[in-house]
Amino acid sequence: MNDINLPIYLDYSATTPVDPRVAAKMRQYLTPDGEFGNPASRSHSFGWHAEEAVDEARKQVAELIGADPREIIWTSGGTESDNLAIKGAAHFYQKKGRHIVTVKTEHKAVLDTCRQLEREGFEVTYLAPQANGLLDLEELEASLRDDTVVVSVMHVNNEIGIVQDIGAIGKLTRERGIILHVDAAQGAGKIPIDVHAMQVDLMTLSAHKIYGPKGIGALYICRKPRVRLEAQIHGGGHERGLRSGTLPTHQIVGMGEAFRLAREELAEESARIRALRDRLWNGLNQMEEVYLNGDLEQRVPGNLNVSFNFVEGESLIMALKDVAVSSGSACTSASLEPSYVLRALGRNDELAHSSLRFTIGRFTTEEEIDYTISLIEQAVQRLRDLSPLWEMYQEGVDLDSVQWAVH
Amino acid sequence: MAYGKKVLDHYEHPRNVGSLDKNDAQVGTGMVGAPACGDVMKLQIKVSDEGLIEDAKFKTYGCGSAIASSSLLTEWVRGKTLAEAGEIRNTDIAEELALPPVKIHCSVLAEDAIRAAIEDYEGKQARKADAPDEAQLAEAV
Repeated sequence: MNDINLPIYLDYSATTPVDPRVAAKMRQYLTPDGEFGNPASRSHSFGWHAEEAVDEARKQVAELIGADPREIIWTSGGTESDNLAIKGAAHFYQKKGRHIVTVKTEHKAVLDTCRQLEREGFEVTYLAPQANGLLDLEELEASLRDDTVVVSVMHVNNEIGIVQDIGAIGKLTRERGIILHVDAAQGAGKIPIDVHAMQVDLMTLSAHKIYGPKGIGALYICRKPRVRLEAQIHGGGHERGLRSGTLPTHQIVGMGEAFRLAREELAEESARIRALRDRLWNGLNQMEEVYLNGDLEQRVPGNLNVSFNFVEGESLIMALKDVAVSSGSACTSASLEPSYVLRALGRNDELAHSSLRFTIGRFTTEEEIDYTISLIEQAVQRLRDLSPLWEMYQEGVDLDSVQWAVH
Repeated sequence: MAYGKKVLDHYEHPRNVGSLDKNDAQVGTGMVGAPACGDVMKLQIKVSDEGLIEDAKFKTYGCGSAIASSSLLTEWVRGKTLAEAGEIRNTDIAEELALPPVKIHCSVLAEDAIRAAIEDYEGKQARKADAPDEAQLAEAV
């Protein structure tokens, strides 16, 4: 195992490194000898060449999700796309109604945007997912009203990796004329997407989750039926007035190249990553009292979210200095609240405190997975030896029957 | 969470991990916290006939600070009288370990643990004084 570079990166859902092929392309759009022009400059070739590069990237991004290039606008990233989609549609269609439906396990960029709209007088329904993380479609249908204007459901959950049935949701919203926004930051490039087949109206896309640069994203805006938005950033009228600001050509080219590579390599890559993920789960599942969070089948290939009962997540992460993972434990967050996603699944707080998220990606190797399994086995064993809860469990004490002094 | 050296040292080399017999009259057990809150500490002290804490053991489920706070506590209470041990304050622990503000509650939990252990021991002693001792019981039979 001498060929392993430590630390091992297993946090690909937080961000990915830029693929060297992407970085090479980006370098051609920065320096004096490259295409550094402003794509909005119409009076000279510097601008024309930059605009061509932007158009090519727009096509590459559109192709990954089955969209038309004219349906893609550039933003600074997933958070801005979520804001523009939800606020933009809610504001534009508010005369029609002021009710929004979303899910408790959405990303904060969606939830906090909805909170802001509530402050503006909109009404928001936050649906609870089922225990496996998936949305109950009947419950969703029951929540839709005559004044519902926007439904926002993420494609792939960032913490537990489960995949919502967007096509089934799109059927419900399209036949009622309700705008469907889908945050696909974690899904694009990992599982196939066809926005028209799925009847999606707005889709958030991010570059840095699939080996592109940080600071660039896109929003897909359906043309047929035509979806209208109120701009959130005003200025020079770029992106058909929907998002002003000089286009960052190098970032856009990077996102385009990343999306092109993702499309070409998707099938092969997801099979390889799924095999690594299953290898990791099979290894970890050899231990006692280990629980998978979220559905295993309806799940993105690279995600594994596991609770190690009787071991607290932050202390486990401390023991895993050589493996970069994230935890649903309260102690790794500033708020001291355990993962709101795991709680929304109805997982008890203990298991939320004991959870780790492993996300596997393009540069993960089998050796790294095997090494990680052995490190975790040692760490969990050591921390369980330290854990009074493990001791009680071994003695046959039912921990739920204990009167704990909740502090 | 970026921790100081002392927390890391206690986390990596926890002192006095283990359990004492909780049914032993000389042993006081304090179990504080709750799994739902992400930390549970079990602190046990063994008190000599002279009233000195001659042994202390802990087990903790919790973050690095919680483990370090309880590990440090076992070092501090050894050799102390119950009165002295009862005077240990969470601020002393937080200061010694240089805990960040968000982790102060771990030191509070440690203070609660030693108090609970002392209370448990004193309760056992009081019950022992009230109840007929084993020799008398044996005579009665």
